[in-house]
Amino acid sequence: MAQMTMIQAITDALRTELKNDENVLVFGEDVGQNGGVFRATEGLQAEFGEDRVFDTPLAESGIAAMALGLALEGYRPVPEIQFFGFVYEAMDAISGQIARIRYRSGGTQSAPITIRSPFGGGVHTPELHADSLEGLVAQQPGLKVVIPSTPYDAKGLLISSLRDNDPVVFLEHMKLYRSFREEVPEEEYTVEIGKAEVRREGTDVTLIAYGAMVHSSLKAAEELEKEGISAEVIDLRTVMPIDIDTIVESVKKTGRVVVIQEAQKQAGMASYIVTEIQERAILHLEAPVLRVAAPDTVYAFTQAEEVWLPGYNDIIEKAKQVINF
Amino acid sequence: MVKTDRSMEVVENRHKSLGLSDEQVIEMYRIMLLARRIDERMWLLNRSGKIPFVVSCQGQEAAQVGASFALDRDKDYALPYYRDVGVVLAFGMTTQDLMLQAYAKAEDPNSGGRQMPGHFGQHKNRLVTGSSPVTTQVPHAVGIALAARMEKKDLVSFVTFGEGSSNQGDFHEGANFAGVHKLPVIFMVENNQYAISVPLSKQVACEKISDRAIGYGMPGVTVDGNDPLEVYSAVKEAADRARKGEGPSLIEALTYRLTPHSSDDDDRSYRERDEVDRAKEKDGVLTFASYLRDIGILTEELEKQMNDEISSIIDDATDYAERAPYADADTIYRYVYGEQGGE
Ligand SMILES: Cc1ncc(C[n+]2csc(CCOP(=O)(O)OP(=O)(O)O)c2C)c(N)n1
Ligand SMILES: [Mg+2]
Repeated sequence: MAQMTMIQAITDALRTELKNDENVLVFGEDVGQNGGVFRATEGLQAEFGEDRVFDTPLAESGIAAMALGLALEGYRPVPEIQFFGFVYEAMDAISGQIARIRYRSGGTQSAPITIRSPFGGGVHTPELHADSLEGLVAQQPGLKVVIPSTPYDAKGLLISSLRDNDPVVFLEHMKLYRSFREEVPEEEYTVEIGKAEVRREGTDVTLIAYGAMVHSSLKAAEELEKEGISAEVIDLRTVMPIDIDTIVESVKKTGRVVVIQEAQKQAGMASYIVTEIQERAILHLEAPVLRVAAPDTVYAFTQAEEVWLPGYNDIIEKAKQVINF
Repeated sequence: MVKTDRSMEVVENRHKSLGLSDEQVIEMYRIMLLARRIDERMWLLNRSGKIPFVVSCQGQEAAQVGASFALDRDKDYALPYYRDVGVVLAFGMTTQDLMLQAYAKAEDPNSGGRQMPGHFGQHKNRLVTGSSPVTTQVPHAVGIALAARMEKKDLVSFVTFGEGSSNQGDFHEGANFAGVHKLPVIFMVENNQYAISVPLSKQVACEKISDRAIGYGMPGVTVDGNDPLEVYSAVKEAADRARKGEGPSLIEALTYRLTPHSSDDDDRSYRERDEVDRAKEKDGVLTFASYLRDIGILTEELEKQMNDEISSIIDDATDYAERAPYADADTIYRYVYGEQGGE
């Protein structure tokens, strides 16, 4: 076992699958010789050659759409969108084309593509470099959307994504890239897509989060414990499809829920999760389900970032509200 | 007026025949030098932790300033990209404005500290704000030209972008529309040979970016982007055509990016040092100064005076920006929608 950061775990997963499957191709802007602007593909071109790991011209719509053509010919493309805010340039390719090929071909063809992209706030990058746009892709049937919160999960989930026969949007929170290390096996392993993980068990309230907000939720749970409140923390890991069974199990136990997302509040993942809970577990609820989310504005400028981003204090506050309801 | 250079060969006055006075070319040089010095100061400020980010104009000032001087800077629109310190200075942005945006202070006229540094925009100087996704400004420039045409306004819409960015669909879509409708747009590619780490050879297969013009039914020319006079002349011709209703032009200015892509980049992993050193010998700021000296209008005295003045302008602007307040975090809620039926 080795101690790895999330970015190292991601590189390791890519290396593992480039070795395992000659149909895996990694491409995007600056991913070749430069090894990616965040170093996610460091050393991969040198190891696997320019045919398998290559730089593309600066054009996202082409990067994503070309992946579909490759996939139809049996490859497993892993295109990178340099920052997820630039996915707007590639939205038709992803949501309009890649996501729908299985349906359109009457099940005779599929698009085993993994679109990797960094996103997320708290590292002082400005709007469109930091936006949480998972809701945009989660709305599209045909796509799976994966967001790991730990190095271990990042490797296992990325390997699963690359082996999946449906397209996966794999979002990497920039704040987690190098924020901590943990034990990551050097050998291959998978983490199942669509399965949440209970990161901390508790009995009084369930905190549901993904990405960087998992860590804020764990911190909130620690603080709540000091006040005698036992919080359970669920890390969704896959935001589409969500693991509703794990959520419902937890709701049955706690009866109280707060859903946390880093994105602005309007029409986001949290709203969807709240609805799923009230449709499936309303009789187990002791209080309305509340949300923690960022305000409905464009991503905040640096000086306002800390104020804008949801923090563990916001989570504590909402947890107390559902408990004292 | 024909002067001689140090080797006593006759140096031709190249600006007079272009209709540029001695004062104008000296002013061109002053803005190029100012842009360079501002950029250098920003790197120092970044490396000392005072400003978050720099994305440089270094190596592209000659193209930026040469082009701007060929436009009517009281009427025309500019849609610059993040390296265009030379363009925005020529269009009236001040050193203080630039420092305020580098520090992302509330008073920054570009966006009140909301935008990434280098995302220039200033309504009063007809500098149209862009955003981070490259090339998005290109169709915007076409829309402005279309509006001008419909309103019978005499203006040219000048838009710049990198050669890597010329691969985006936005370029094709904008250039095509402008070509079909013969709109007064000047598309200028600042070809600095790299898109972050990706060299020109991996970006395009055509020999010259300007070769693309034929596909849009417009003239395309490639000029030496280190020579502000050559760029001036090409842009002047394009502006004259645009004003006469003869349509858009594509101009490729050949330059070289003298710095890493940005303060977050390390270019040693993808380009050789001697390639950069060779490019430095052709640096337009140096070669244009030599020309001006050789024809005798940039005297030692004038040069010293210019350097002193620029240093003090930059010192003052830096001090001012450093002391200026940041935007209040509460203002984040503003400008998402119009307020109270207002603007
Ligand atoms: C749509 C989009 N994709 C990716 C990026 C990240 N990015 C910023 S600058 C750049 C390279 C631009 O190269 P070029 O157009 O040649 O301009 P230069 O920086 O060399 O002046 C890239 C890939 C971006 N800003 N926008
Ligand atoms: Mg370039």
